[in-house]
Amino acid sequence: MLNAAGLAFVVAGSRWHQADGQVMFVFILAMAAAEVAVGLALVLQIYYRFKSLDVDAISEMRG
Amino acid sequence: MELTFYIAGAVAVISTVLMLTQMNLVHALLYMIVSLLAVAVDFFVLGAPFAAALEAIVYAGAIMVLFLFVVMMLNIGKHAAETERQWLTPGIWTGPAILAAILIVEVAWLVQGSYAGLGTGATGPKEVGIALFGPYMIGVELASLLLLAGLVGSYHLGIRKTEIPEIQHDTDTDERRADTSGDLVLAGTDRSARTA
Repeated sequence: MLNAAGLAFVVAGSRWHQADGQVMFVFILAMAAAEVAVGLALVLQIYYRFKSLDVDAISEMRG
Repeated sequence: MELTFYIAGAVAVISTVLMLTQMNLVHALLYMIVSLLAVAVDFFVLGAPFAAALEAIVYAGAIMVLFLFVVMMLNIGKHAAETERQWLTPGIWTGPAILAAILIVEVAWLVQGSYAGLGTGATGPKEVGIALFGPYMIGVELASLLLLAGLVGSYHLGIRKTEIPEIQHDTDTDERRADTSGDLVLAGTDRSARTA
């Protein structure tokens, strides 16, 4: 989804021959990298604690 | 020139659809990498070579590789040993290989010509760099702060606690506290903790 948004920004920037579209794409790329790092660290924690990645198996909330 | 745009777009759409229908997680990630490379070719045709290079290097080359690292490290899947054997069959890698070969032929044909963005010039790295160091400097600083936060956060989230026996500091008697034997770190602790 982030890649699709970046594609839209680059296409818009190319339409009017401005660098702003690619600048927004650089920011989206940095944000996606940070998000993937934190998300995968969370996945690792879930795997080490619950020994599985099945979302239904790690449901501990009641109600 | 426009034909390459449509071909790369078709490759991106097809590989994304194939990614969504895969049962094996690694296959889906490989198709995702092909899709990202197809979008990079699209950027190149549109006259954004800097974005194309960034997409290939950062998105397909770092983020998806990070995904693959975690998937392969956790050995997700029940029959890990069996899938290791199955990964070597040609039926697995021919799909992404054919789609990537289409992209390679396209890029080779594009590079030997000029990368005019649909006819009227391209915005290369120079313009993007001037924009990043000029009006968007605050955004660059904020992005670096975000990456720092992501780095620290993922480091702390990735710590696995191993059992380390704690040194119990015994501060009951003045005698033990006074006699440090020159070691101020273990001063006042139980003598048995000094192993080295």
